[in-house]
Formats: sequence, C-alpha cells, structure tokens
Amino acid sequence: MTLLYFAWVRQKVGQSEERIDLPPDVGTVAELAAWLAARGGGFADAFAGGRTLRAAVNQNHVGWDAAIGANDEVAFFPPVTGG
Amino acid sequence: MAARISIQHEDFDVAAESAALTDGRTDVGAVVTFSGLVRADDGLTSLTLEHYPGMTEREIARHVAEAESRWPLLGVTVIHRIGKLLPGARIVLVAAASAHRAAAFEAANFLMDYLKTRAPFWKLEERADGSEWVEARREDDDAAKRW
Repeated sequence: MTLLYFAWVRQKVGQSEERIDLPPDVGTVAELAAWLAARGGGFADAFAGGRTLRAAVNQNHVGWDAAIGANDEVAFFPPVTGG
Repeated sequence: MAARISIQHEDFDVAAESAALTDGRTDVGAVVTFSGLVRADDGLTSLTLEHYPGMTEREIARHVAEAESRWPLLGVTVIHRIGKLLPGARIVLVAAASAHRAAAFEAANFLMDYLKTRAPFWKLEERADGSEWVEARREDDDAAKRW
C-alpha cells in the first residue's frame, strides 16, 4: 500500500511518501496510525494521541474507523486550510 | 458547460476568467467572482501552499457538481494557486455564472466555504522569526455547515 504525508505530518515523519505491506492485525485507519506511531521518533510525534489528524483513503476523506486494504492509498494530514 | 478547474503556480486574470464565462453567449445574466488574496498579517512575508495532487481536483470537481445540482448555473471556474506567494498575491478564484444573481452569489459562496474546509490544501506562513502551519478555523467549519 502507499502512504502519503502532508504539511506538518510530512515534516515530522521526514518523508512525503512510502510503500509498505499492510501489517498483520491492521484493518482500519486508526490501527494503521497506531502502528505508525509505534515506529517512534517523528512518527510517534506526528501520530501522538489527541492530535487533530485527518485521513483519506484512495483520495476520499474518511473517519478513523474506515477499513483499509493492501492496495489502498492512505494519506495523513492536518485539517485542511485552503481558499 | 464544463467547469474549469485549475490548480496552478501561475497567477490568473480575474477579468479574463469572468469574460470567458460569458463570451459568445446571451443567456448569462449574472457572474459572481470571488478572489482571495494573501494578507500581510502580523509581519507575514510569504505564504506557501501545499496540496494533495489528484485528491484536490476530485474534491473540487465533486463540490462543483454539487453546486451545479443545487443552482441553475451556466458556468463555473475554480482556480487555486500553489507554491510560494507574497502578500498581495491572488490565491484563489471562484467564478459562477447564472441567469440571475442569487444563484451565482450562493454558488460562489458555497464553493468557497467548501474549498476552505474540504479541499486538501495547507498553508505555511513565513515571518522574520520563522514559519508556522496555519491551523484550521472553527469559523470556516461553521460556515460550511450552513449548506
């Protein structure tokens, strides 16, 4: 699967994109975020509990309980500030 | 008429974009254009806009389609700039054309509210003492909920 990071999430994790194999026991966006946070360092910082993060699966806004699959594109980012 | 949606580094010409919605036709009675510009708040020296290529265009197209289903529009243009912009620079243009003004005003307002709260853009403000990501504003969320 492809993971994308934007704005300060990208800065904290130190990369804008990566490809990973869907980890075992990860079936939702929330579980993926917890798995990423467990990497420590900038990931732990970016995915720290209580922070206002948003997610998209295959370029659609989703909630944290959204299901994810092995071929999905999952993006993590702060609340958007366009216009 | 297909909507024009563009995410671009380049500046845009408001008058030319407005004219493009009406040239050669006699059914348009109202064009509303909204332009957003970079303010030099609190010593801001530049604003850098980042977006999610692909999702941005999809989100905007979805909301343009919704606007077209809710109001009798005769044309829509949405242009959003990305990259580093200086105070005074134009950031965004929303233009809506219709036979009558109410639909054009409301559709432009609707599209701006949704650009603010749903389109995946992020703004990095730079000042003499460093840079900071703009945080989402509750007022914008409340404005979008009106629709």
